[in-house]
Amino acid sequence: MNLLLLILIPLVTAVGVLLAAKQQAKWIAFGGAAIQLITSFVLLAAFYAQRTAGNTTQFLFEQQYNWFPSLNISFHLGVDGISVAMILLTAFVVIAGVLVSWKVDKMTKEFFFLLILLSLGAYGFFISLDLFILFFFLEIAVIPKYLLIGIWGSGKKQYAANKLALLLMFGSALVLVGMMGTYFGSGAHTFDLPALAKLNMPVEVQKICFPLLFAGFGIFTALFPFHTWVPDGHSAAPTAGSMFLAGISMKLGGYGCLRVAMYLMPEGAKEYANIIIILATIAILYGAFATMMQQDFKYINAYSSVSHCGFVLLGLGMLTKTAITGAVMQMVSHGVMTALFFAIIGMIYERTHTRQVNEMGGLLKVTPFISTALFIVGLCSLGLPGLSGFVAEMTVFVGSWQNADAFHRIATIAACMSIVVTAVYILRAIGKVAMGPLKAGYETITDATWNERLATIILISGILAIGLAPFWLNDLVRPGAEIIMQKMSASH
Amino acid sequence: MSNALQIALIPLLPLAAFVILGLFGNKYVNRSAGIIATFLLASSAALAFYTAYQYFFEYGKVEGVYQKVTAFKYTWLQFSDQLSIDIGALIDPITAMMLVVVTFISLLVHIYSLAYLKGEKRFATYYAFLGLFTFSMLGLVLSSNIFQMYIFWELVGVSSFLLIGFYYDKPSAVAACKKAFIVTRFADLGFLIGILVLSFYAGTLDFNTLIERLTSLQSAEFKMATAASFMGISALTWGLVLVFIGGAGKSAMFPLHIWLPDAMEGPTPVSALIHAATMVVAGVFLVARLFPVFQISPIAMDVVAYTGIISALIAAVIACTQTDIKRVLAYSTMSQIGFMMFALGVSKTGGEAGLGFTASMFHLFTHAMFKALLFLGAGAVIHYVHSNEMKDMGGLRKYLPITHITFLIACLAISGIPPFAGFFSKEEILLAAYHHYPVIFYTALITSGLTAFYMFRLYFSIFWNKQTQVHSEHSAPHDSEKHGEGGLAMMLPLIVLAMASCLAGFIHFGNFVTADGKPLTTALHLLFSVAPVVLALAGIGIATWLFLRQNDSPVKYSNKLGNLYKAAHQKFYIDELYGFITQKIIFNLVGRPAAWFDKNIVDGLVNETGNGTTTLAEKIKAFQSGKVQQYAIYFLGGVMGLTVLFIYLWK
Amino acid sequence: MITPGLYHILFISTALFFIGMYGFFARKNLITMLMSIELILNSVNLNFIAFNKYLWPGRLDGVFFTIFIIAIAAAEAAVAIAIIINLYRSHKSIDVEQTEEMKY
Repeated sequence: MNLLLLILIPLVTAVGVLLAAKQQAKWIAFGGAAIQLITSFVLLAAFYAQRTAGNTTQFLFEQQYNWFPSLNISFHLGVDGISVAMILLTAFVVIAGVLVSWKVDKMTKEFFFLLILLSLGAYGFFISLDLFILFFFLEIAVIPKYLLIGIWGSGKKQYAANKLALLLMFGSALVLVGMMGTYFGSGAHTFDLPALAKLNMPVEVQKICFPLLFAGFGIFTALFPFHTWVPDGHSAAPTAGSMFLAGISMKLGGYGCLRVAMYLMPEGAKEYANIIIILATIAILYGAFATMMQQDFKYINAYSSVSHCGFVLLGLGMLTKTAITGAVMQMVSHGVMTALFFAIIGMIYERTHTRQVNEMGGLLKVTPFISTALFIVGLCSLGLPGLSGFVAEMTVFVGSWQNADAFHRIATIAACMSIVVTAVYILRAIGKVAMGPLKAGYETITDATWNERLATIILISGILAIGLAPFWLNDLVRPGAEIIMQKMSASH
Repeated sequence: MSNALQIALIPLLPLAAFVILGLFGNKYVNRSAGIIATFLLASSAALAFYTAYQYFFEYGKVEGVYQKVTAFKYTWLQFSDQLSIDIGALIDPITAMMLVVVTFISLLVHIYSLAYLKGEKRFATYYAFLGLFTFSMLGLVLSSNIFQMYIFWELVGVSSFLLIGFYYDKPSAVAACKKAFIVTRFADLGFLIGILVLSFYAGTLDFNTLIERLTSLQSAEFKMATAASFMGISALTWGLVLVFIGGAGKSAMFPLHIWLPDAMEGPTPVSALIHAATMVVAGVFLVARLFPVFQISPIAMDVVAYTGIISALIAAVIACTQTDIKRVLAYSTMSQIGFMMFALGVSKTGGEAGLGFTASMFHLFTHAMFKALLFLGAGAVIHYVHSNEMKDMGGLRKYLPITHITFLIACLAISGIPPFAGFFSKEEILLAAYHHYPVIFYTALITSGLTAFYMFRLYFSIFWNKQTQVHSEHSAPHDSEKHGEGGLAMMLPLIVLAMASCLAGFIHFGNFVTADGKPLTTALHLLFSVAPVVLALAGIGIATWLFLRQNDSPVKYSNKLGNLYKAAHQKFYIDELYGFITQKIIFNLVGRPAAWFDKNIVDGLVNETGNGTTTLAEKIKAFQSGKVQQYAIYFLGGVMGLTVLFIYLWK
Repeated sequence: MITPGLYHILFISTALFFIGMYGFFARKNLITMLMSIELILNSVNLNFIAFNKYLWPGRLDGVFFTIFIIAIAAAEAAVAIAIIINLYRSHKSIDVEQTEEMKY
């Protein structure tokens, strides 16, 4: 399987969107996303085929081309189970995002072009094995967001777009500095990830570079206290933009923390693990409590994303194989779930023209499909077994509990407490929006259209695929986590 | 059919009903949804009965001891090398019994609902939810893995949530379903942490292995679990108490019971199935499942016993004062579960001392029958009167003859009047408490007297007392058909359950369900039975005196009791207390500050950084004035500064 | 009569330099400012010549530099006057205060 396909398909689609007539842009984008989804499945199948055939190389389908030889930068691609999981997630979110944007009327071509460009950045990011290329794709995934929010957003869109772009740029800057530190500090003068991982970097370098890289990527995944771009950014973005932000962008950060910061610098990770845990626990509880107080539907999901992404960081900070596996599963699960949540919020907003939960009520009566989907995604968010959230959170909890000292125990119990708070705010939102007497003025609104239904079904099937049969994802992710943990325990 | 497949099909058939009706129900098969679901459930029930029969009479017993049989087990999620969630089926006497209870009651409720919810717009949805619930409950009782139990534990919780909120446009129903979910969720937090604690020390999540490791006094796991301690109490005890909190939440034990009365907002058949017969006894089942481990820790056992008896008493007192008939039944359920709980708490393993365990399970079984009957009877009454309030009822025995008789049987059974089912199980419970726990015994005795009183208060208020006016307006002939007893579909379950309530007591439960699997002969001590029966009769007598005819003595006596009556009527203000804690403390002192902190401090910092940069830029901008001469001065200043620097300072 | 030594010349050149400096800072007329710049340049020229004569009489480096500066000064004056004329055409003024918008 040639990994270049994963980059070429979005590239061709993006060019196609630009060249097409306005009316056809969305169809081309949809076609490209669909092909990409199929390609991702093919990748998954090929990956399994290789693994079952006994190929235990860490990264499969590796490719390497010279890119900038004098600085030792090469175009190095390859995937392991974690990347495959993230690529699948991206493909799901992208196709759903394209589908819910069916009615975008303003500068349609540019809109879809930016969406596809963003996905291109994400795919590239997940398959890069060279720090520089990784960074390159990370930036590709950041810039379109600014435009998406600034042009197609709503509310305080300029403020939100600025804030988001600046904070993410700040994160990127930290990553860049950390990268340079790695490049020079390791003494190898290379950006190649596997090569860097093989040599044990000096402990002092790790202690300096790890926080830079982890915080830099952490900002993407709503590391407390750098999470404030999340609520504003999400609420101002157009529906597809929110889906991409929460479903993909925030995962870039988590993936980067794991693949770059922790993989390269186990000593640094050990050094700062406790700080990560503290910040993550704060984010989990504090995000959850802040959610309880929100009135705007998008803010509710945005703050809950802060809380849920806290589990990712918590799992990473716990430094056990199970917890790290759980963290990755939480990334995938949260990505699908939150994308669906934003999609549904968007659909409801299109019909009721309000995002204040107090102004809605009884929508189950008029929009059974959307409301049922809202129930499903809400229950997934509060961790109902059979849906994806449960599996991921439980894996994180069990993994966290394996650390037997009081500090980790307290953090775990505090994180567990969020399941109650989550139930409170989710039920509050669902109760106000879908249940209760139908508010006047909403009698005539219609249920989902075919494209919305398709998007919803695609994402729900993702949620169910993880929730009902978590073993495939677990098998996919565990070996990756195992290698990181081996490196962690090998270095002393 | 292989054993594993046969057992797997028991929960899977209701699941099939859920999937089919959930996906296509409202559109394509709304009318026939009930029939489809009932048919699937009947098959499931038949399989469950057959399985139980096979287990008890064919393969379950090896050398006189009932074995735990794992029918199948698949790894669902591998946490680490030791810990994994396995989806499996574990059959032992309590599971076999629960399979029978759950499928039996569920089947009757399915049949009953055919008439009760006729014409309901979301008929198929209702049956889909019932299917989901039955599936989850069956999965729960079959669990071979403590995490599997947690999974289904949550699923029954959510099906209960969906069914309580079935009338979703009623604000009270919405509030009730949210409350039920959140309160049980809070308890589940305890369960979850308990699981984490137990599994950490046992190194497994599998029930059999876990029990084996934590009960053998020599195993390394046991030593570790008892050696580690927190606040002077061993980790094992902590784990068990936390798990019990989960059970107490689901079983509506004090002080986590507040959701149960409100849960009566759901359709009545649902209350019969979920909030009387099956789901609410899940907590009892959980303790019974982990009973050998609970045995190790006297503290945990005491917690179970005293929680049980306190709940039993408080609920009985509150039940005497409620006027909503379903709420009376809800509190009575809570009270009866309290009986089951403390019976477990006072029990030991093996022989005569293990009576409590058997008695608890026996009571669970009989209670399921007569309490479901009471709820379904109440459903028939509500269906007829269109009200839950006692004041709208009275003298209904003439209009609802079958309901009346079956309701009376159920009341006698719950009051513990021989030879009805409740008598036998309650006697055993009291006997179990008698020897070592005098406080519990006497409290239980009083409670059973109260039980008789409030049940007959309910009975007389519905069927005797005053003549209701409600039905004069419905007495037109064409209406009588619609407003009769609901036809065969509603009456058949009542009759079947009434028969069960009469006969269930004669099963020799000790032969089948004991703590150690060995049969236990239970003898009826006639002399011992005198006190409870007399108390029950006294309760009935008082109720007859006060409520048989309409008079003003109930009001008089309640006024005399003054504050006690008022407090009981207001459910001892526990709801208000919770309301205060959640609304005032959590929302105002945690939630609001968190939101404020985020808006003003964290966000403020980010904004201030932005503003600061702008201000700084604004300031620097002044340097670029466009005045050439100013630039020249800066230039000169710079040159002179450099000159000074290089000549004098840079040596 | 005293023979003028290095210090005398340096004194004159310093005076010239600061006079030029003052003119450059204080006068608003661009032509005057240009003239002030010429003064500064010439003070530098004087320095070169003086140092050349008194310190390294055998060499001509200073003289070369002076010629060089004169050439550059001429070129500079040409460019500056061209700018000033253009400025005058567009602003009807050669006041330096009027040219602030040139910064954009």
